[in-house]
Amino acid sequence: MEKLGGVFNASSPEMTAMAGLTLYMIAIAVVIFVIIAASVTYIIIRYRKRSGDESEPYQDFGSTTVEIIWTVIPTIIVAILFFLTVKTMYAVDPPKGDREPDIVIIGHQWWWELYYPKSRVLTANELHIPVGEKWLARLESVDVIHDFWVPELFRKIDLVPGHPNYIWLVTGKPGIYLGACAEFCGLQHANMRIRVIAETRDEFDAWQLGQLKIPTTPTDGEAAKGAELFQDRACMNCHYISGTAAAARIGPSLTHFSTRQTIGAGVLENTPENLKGWLLNPNAYKPGSLMPNMKLSDLEADQIVAYLEALK
Amino acid sequence: MSRIPLVPENVEPLPSIGESEGLLSWVGSIDHKQIGIMYIIATLVYFLIGGLEAILMRIQLAHPNSSFISPEIFNQLFTMHGTTMIFFVVMPFLIGVGVYLVPLMIGARDMAFPRLNALSFWLFLFGGLLLYYSFFTQSGAPDVGWFAYAPLSEKPFSLNNGPTYWAIGLLASGIGSIASGLNNIVTILTLRTPGMTMRRLPLFVWMILVTSFLLIFVIPIITAAFFMLLLDRLFEANFFNPASGGSAILYQHFFWGFGHPEVYILVLPAFGIISEVIPVFSRKPIFGYEFVAASTVAIGLLSLGVWAHHMFAVGLGNVTNAYFSLASMLIAIPTGVKVLNWVATMWNGKLRFYNPMLFAVAFIIEFVIGGLTGVAVASVPIDWQATDSYFVVAHLHYALFGGSLFAIFAGVYYWFPKITGRMLSECLGRWHFWLTVIGFNFTFLIQHILGLVGMPRRVYTYPDMPYWGTMNLISTIGALILGISVLIFVWNVIVSLRNGDPAGDNPWNAWTLEWATTSPPPVFNFDRVPPVRGRRPLWDLAHPDMPDEK
Repeated sequence: MEKLGGVFNASSPEMTAMAGLTLYMIAIAVVIFVIIAASVTYIIIRYRKRSGDESEPYQDFGSTTVEIIWTVIPTIIVAILFFLTVKTMYAVDPPKGDREPDIVIIGHQWWWELYYPKSRVLTANELHIPVGEKWLARLESVDVIHDFWVPELFRKIDLVPGHPNYIWLVTGKPGIYLGACAEFCGLQHANMRIRVIAETRDEFDAWQLGQLKIPTTPTDGEAAKGAELFQDRACMNCHYISGTAAAARIGPSLTHFSTRQTIGAGVLENTPENLKGWLLNPNAYKPGSLMPNMKLSDLEADQIVAYLEALK
Repeated sequence: MSRIPLVPENVEPLPSIGESEGLLSWVGSIDHKQIGIMYIIATLVYFLIGGLEAILMRIQLAHPNSSFISPEIFNQLFTMHGTTMIFFVVMPFLIGVGVYLVPLMIGARDMAFPRLNALSFWLFLFGGLLLYYSFFTQSGAPDVGWFAYAPLSEKPFSLNNGPTYWAIGLLASGIGSIASGLNNIVTILTLRTPGMTMRRLPLFVWMILVTSFLLIFVIPIITAAFFMLLLDRLFEANFFNPASGGSAILYQHFFWGFGHPEVYILVLPAFGIISEVIPVFSRKPIFGYEFVAASTVAIGLLSLGVWAHHMFAVGLGNVTNAYFSLASMLIAIPTGVKVLNWVATMWNGKLRFYNPMLFAVAFIIEFVIGGLTGVAVASVPIDWQATDSYFVVAHLHYALFGGSLFAIFAGVYYWFPKITGRMLSECLGRWHFWLTVIGFNFTFLIQHILGLVGMPRRVYTYPDMPYWGTMNLISTIGALILGISVLIFVWNVIVSLRNGDPAGDNPWNAWTLEWATTSPPPVFNFDRVPPVRGRRPLWDLAHPDMPDEK
């Protein structure tokens, strides 16, 4: 049996607290529901009109005592629930004080830009984070409202243009966690996916060091032609590659593209074949993607694939 | 100086049915019953369209990575489904039934402002037609969700005209709704027959009254937002465009400042229907009339102060979130009181399970689920997981389908004989009922789990995660069963209109004034309004030995 995800697989202290409250609430709800459903069922059976009995029942207009009792009981339940709500809310989302963010998450139609201000690493769609450390994330949007949601790890939070938000990111155990945009943000809302790669501090440091290296631009072979094409065919008008003239941040940074697991914010696995298909026609995999079809020839696509695969 | 009268004397006779036959007698009608019937027919048509949109979406979502429908069309479908069901089905149906029944229930000849009543209807009808016309334009229907959040609905991100049609269509029908609210309030406050004090008002009329106050309080809020959105889109006013100094969050306050009371506009008249049906079929007066009426007023007032519980993920801060969480949870108390009063009304009764009662009892069960999940999402940390996921989709359908729509079906089976003079088929009604209950729970119960395991709402497709495909398939099968149940309902209406058993004045042996006149009622409603000496005038007439008020 595969495991259910989401609240059934809480993998961070915050999520454990939220999932605990959720399951507690569900338990209360089930008890209340069973009481009401059982009463209604009993009444249906017990007080059904018997055939032949056309008389009217006793005319009962109500009882103030009963009304007070069933106003007070739900009030007590609401009070308890509100207390738990506030307690959990402050536990999950304590004030940030004057701490600077460890990661900046920037929403774009339909991908995630990730910036590590302390190391100045710029990447996309795959959030590497050291396990167990309490990170502060700052969330922004360059276009419409998005929502950052990794169900097994973090609370939901909107990425609102003009209104930066902050949340705490803590992960419980190493692994890859899938998330997605949760606020409808246009045509490809469904394919705005994010993955969180929670790893040990050592693994994270190694990854970060790798990201900081300026990749060597290939000087011969197909990859070198690809590098030239990248400059000539307007790829650089939207993309960023450290150490080259490509400095735009309209599309995702491609600096260490070959180290990433997916293409197009989670629509394709990152393999040379998939990348070629994507370059030839992004709309075939993500209809409405803002990456245009650059009308590359087959050969040109192969050359750019070779270049991007060399960006380690 | 000659005196100018405040209200000019009307010298021409008011037009009425009977003066002419055919279509013109309807188009030109200002009779509240004809207008009510037109509301009901128009909402039925919109309901079939909205339902078809839902079924197309469910077919697309039956399997992961499906390509039955393109993302463009899917986004139009869910936008139009939500907009249609809320603004052009449930709300106008309840207004329409109110328009039909309120004058009859209070023993009046017509609404206070018959022409305004007609204006409301035509604004609603043409607002909807304008919205649907967008399907036939080059740009297609609006595709920004039924709450059209800015800046997605603004020009830079939605260059097509869909959101413009959306805003203008809803603006028109919204003005009609404000007029309806005013009309109801004046009618209920001034046209009650002698003896019909506020404490004797049928509960349905009470709930229409509270709903009408909500209409005139909150529709102007969204009307302002529609205007601002239109100014943004047409003249670059930039109210809601952060790139030019506007605020995206401001739009959400406007929208939900209207949008949450709207939920109660959709459900309070439904409570009213239930509060009429359950006593009649239990053969007992409502348990705790004062508490049911007062809790309605409490819900109406509280509902004005809970809007930001739709915005817990926006980042308003913990103090704001805590306030809105508490205010939202408090609504559960008067709502719970109502549910318990309905159950207590059935207690010790002699229950007759005709179709109106079947739907009313199912309403209690389904609505309790929607209410309980509502308390869950009012808790901020739970909402941080549940909001914008399929959990919320499930919750809102339990409230608005399991709640409002089940009550609407109860009301249709209950008042159809009064409106048409013929009974709906009990047999077809039972098929309709059971298929609705089965289909509804198949469709939506599983969606709670889908949301909790992480499926966002409003996605045209989804990856093949563990069990997601299976759960979605179950939901789709449920939706198809619901589709069949609706066809049976429509068939029942058509067949019964022609061949249904004659209803007589009072087939259910009910107690409110509408049952004292013929079915269908004459143009002038009553030959003679029976004396009103209690809450159940017809009970008092039938049982002079034991009247409700001694």
